[in-house]
Amino acid sequence: MTLATTLAAEPNENLAHISNVLIYSAMAVYLLAFFALMAEWLFGSRSKVARTAAALTAQAGDAAEPAAKAAAASGPAVTVRAKGGTATLERPKQTAKAADSGAPKVVTRAAAGSRDVPDGPGAAAGDEQGDLYGRIAISLIGLGFLIEAGGVVTRAMSVQRAPWGNMYEFNITFSSVAVGVFLTLLALKKNVRWIGLPLITSVLLDLGLAVTVLYTESDQLVPALHSYWLWIHVSTAIFCGAAFYVGAVSTITYLFKDSYEAKLQAGGTPGRFATSVMERLPASASLDKFTYRMNAAIFPLWTFTIIAGAIWAGDAWGRYWGWDPKEVWSFITWVAYACYLHARATAGWKGRKAAYLALIAFGCWLFNYYGVNIFVSGKHSYAGV
Amino acid sequence: MSKTKTDAKNDAAEAPDAKDAAGAQDELGAAGAQLSTAPLDDSAGPASGPNMPALGVIGWIRWFWRQLTSMRVALLLLLLLSLGAIPGSLIPQEGTDELKAQDFKDTHSTLGPLYDKLGLFHVYSSVWFSAIYILLFVSLIGCIVPRSWQFVGQLRGRPPAAPKRLTRLPAYTTWRTEATPDEVHETARRLLKQRRFRSHLVGGSVAAEKGYLREAGNLIFHVALIVMLIAFAAGQLFKSEGGKLIMEGDGFSNTLTQYDDFKSGSLFDTENLAPFSFRLDRFEGTYETSGPETGTARTYKAHVTYNEGADGPEKKKAIEVNKPLEVDGSKVYLIGHGYAPTVTVRDGKGKVVQRVSVPLLPIDSMGTATGAIKILDGYRNKDGKKEQLGFNAFFVPTFAGEGNGQMFSQFPAPFNPRLALSAYHGSLGVDSGVPQNVYQLDTRKMKKFKDAKGELLKKRLKIGETMKLPNGAGSITFEKELKQWASFQISQEPGSKWALGGAIAAIAGLAGSLFIQRRRVWVRATAGPDGVTVVEMAGLGRSESAKVPEELGVLAAALHETAPSAPDADEKADADQGAVDSEDPDPTPDVVPAEGAEK
Ligand code: HEM
Repeated sequence: MTLATTLAAEPNENLAHISNVLIYSAMAVYLLAFFALMAEWLFGSRSKVARTAAALTAQAGDAAEPAAKAAAASGPAVTVRAKGGTATLERPKQTAKAADSGAPKVVTRAAAGSRDVPDGPGAAAGDEQGDLYGRIAISLIGLGFLIEAGGVVTRAMSVQRAPWGNMYEFNITFSSVAVGVFLTLLALKKNVRWIGLPLITSVLLDLGLAVTVLYTESDQLVPALHSYWLWIHVSTAIFCGAAFYVGAVSTITYLFKDSYEAKLQAGGTPGRFATSVMERLPASASLDKFTYRMNAAIFPLWTFTIIAGAIWAGDAWGRYWGWDPKEVWSFITWVAYACYLHARATAGWKGRKAAYLALIAFGCWLFNYYGVNIFVSGKHSYAGV
Repeated sequence: MSKTKTDAKNDAAEAPDAKDAAGAQDELGAAGAQLSTAPLDDSAGPASGPNMPALGVIGWIRWFWRQLTSMRVALLLLLLLSLGAIPGSLIPQEGTDELKAQDFKDTHSTLGPLYDKLGLFHVYSSVWFSAIYILLFVSLIGCIVPRSWQFVGQLRGRPPAAPKRLTRLPAYTTWRTEATPDEVHETARRLLKQRRFRSHLVGGSVAAEKGYLREAGNLIFHVALIVMLIAFAAGQLFKSEGGKLIMEGDGFSNTLTQYDDFKSGSLFDTENLAPFSFRLDRFEGTYETSGPETGTARTYKAHVTYNEGADGPEKKKAIEVNKPLEVDGSKVYLIGHGYAPTVTVRDGKGKVVQRVSVPLLPIDSMGTATGAIKILDGYRNKDGKKEQLGFNAFFVPTFAGEGNGQMFSQFPAPFNPRLALSAYHGSLGVDSGVPQNVYQLDTRKMKKFKDAKGELLKKRLKIGETMKLPNGAGSITFEKELKQWASFQISQEPGSKWALGGAIAAIAGLAGSLFIQRRRVWVRATAGPDGVTVVEMAGLGRSESAKVPEELGVLAAALHETAPSAPDADEKADADQGAVDSEDPDPTPDVVPAEGAEK
């Protein structure tokens, strides 16, 4: 009889300890970044900008005067820029080459029916001190990300497997990927710096939850989790979740900004705090587009995640689809995002209605991640809450 | 232009893209139409007005069909589908966990029957859930077929002609040049062709379009959904699934009679069983030896030798939990394992009656197992009469030691095995024709062997030890040869290749549909009265496309190189240009340049 011959490698306690220290350090750094972001918003509030109202009145004026309509509509941002008077809302300039040769300039025109409002200048609103704090915050977030990623990697090394065997590991990976997505978007020069504060707030909550309630000693996996599909399926699942999360933050912001703009358009006067915050955020149309791009870009990957999961289930459990609670909720999430994408192409469902669908869809994702592990028992529940 | 249908419903004004630009729809006309083949929404009922003429049956059917295949209803059905899937994840399902479902019914005397009526114990095969997805898929087919036709028409046709006023389009640019209109058009067509636009000269301007793959991808995605559904349904109907417990050294060949249990879909035919066979050579299990998870399984491996087909060559393979054996379109999964202690039973004269390895069923994760040893023939008692023997068996692979409470295993590997037996004789009752559980002893027709105190004879054996039956009735020995068994699930699910193919096509289609932008570009060059040519370029994409102005900027820059701006566009020329030019944007540097025009 050959039994118990090859024993699994024991978790390396030392590395596990280092990992814990790194995670705590990352939390400390994120906390500093959080304060810096707060400072950025506070200093930013010194600047009194109200370009949304100006843009909306400009638009209303155009409508009243049909002769001027076309001209204003072909270059509405021009008007806005003149009135707003802040450099931050400029779109990318043409390069010297194009400008030198006198190449023609392209005029863009917003789709009729949507409000043509400029993007806000960002949290610092052009305030130099605010901007400085914002930059400090971004550097701190970058540092925190490196430390946290180090924590995830050492955790993986300590257990010699993918670091996604339980919800503690899932949480620390999830938040570092969300921060990574944010930093990548920044590096790609996308207008996402304003997401910093809500993102870091929730990352701190997520990590706090991870180290207190969800903490699990590092250990090996039960055989059913041993498969290269673990790497594929779980890593894409986490990545999708992190990106959907960034999308959801922007959806919520969109809803606020949209009602703010609607109120202004209807002639109302929003409160001072609302004005101060909302004026600095991107326009609702930009937020809506950003949400769509995030969700649409991730949807195929989410589809892939489910399919990879089905293939894995086919190998591990002898059937590729068995309506296990986790499978059901992945499916529900998928259908909900499909709903959102459809809504975007359905007259009468664009805008707020579609945004609500996007939020429901992300809610399904969250429930799949927390709710199913905690409240429902199924084949996935050995993931050790 | 490329309109393929003459149906008034299909008019540009109703296409979703044109709706986006509702204010500009008159100017855009056909040019903005059909950037997508999405169905049109007409929510008005067939008899929306109070004094509409009554519609006949056909009219109603047509109305109903149009509703069913509209985007709005597709959206509602999708929402319903996700809502409908929820109860199945919260209420125990018969299909996945029959015991729990039964348990739920037993403990909830009012909810149980109600849920049962609503099919909530088998949501995914219930009438209402099926109704939702069947409607959805009817809607899907009803949507895909006309869209495909429309798309084919667009592919065969040409991009639509430029709208009258290009300034109305989301991205627009203009300049004056000394090149002739023909030269400009010629260069524009060449440039567009290089960038793989489909273009042609129509009505005095170049019309070009690109990104047809978006539509193709979208159609492929939706068709792939249907393929997946059909594959899934076929899998359910034709699948078969059976279980088999095999001891080390034993074999199995894939025929119905060899299975311990067998389930199949309603259209399955036993002829469909693939003719392969395999033998379990050895089972290997490793476990955590320290830490809080001591005893947790780390690896399970069933080393088998198998033959493909009736007499194919022998091959070896280790089946693991995540790595089934795939042979002849069937999959062999490892689903369980346990021990099969070997015992030798001797009669009163010391003659070996039987030497058997008996599989025992594990009752905990540490390998504690129970079962029954049944000696059917070959045994004669001391009077020389035929009798049957039965033993209740209780096995632990690693015994904690005397006095350590009950006999339960401390570790799943056999470091210190014990076999506890109690003995009976008489009739096992197996001849009565009623099928018997092999792991249980039916003692109704059996008598206990008694020990010195008159109680049931019991003994806990180490390897090699023997339990003597009283009054020279013989003995039973726990042999050194401790075998393991593994249980396998052998399943065949014919649709799975199709489902996988559908899934891959779906992802590819989706990627095409979401990442490719379908857009149109128009270039119009007209000779002004002063001999200078006015070039106008405009781009139109779907509402989400930010790349359209960017791309237009790049194209304009390229075109500008062969048709550079004429020196000093003076006021007079502008005025002569009439309506179009008067709407020109202010040519000061304040004009917002296109995003990404820096390229
Ligand atoms: C089985 C359920 C369905 C799923 C999961 C699904 C999923 C999707 C997804 C993810 C998209 C996004 C692609 C894009 O935005 O280009 C999409 C687009 C689309 N779907 Fe579906 N769909 C389903 C059923 C239907 C049905 C029944 C119809 C017909 C009424 C339909 C018509 C469309 C159309 C026209 C588009 C393209 C919209 C556009 O042009 O942007 N789908 N679908």
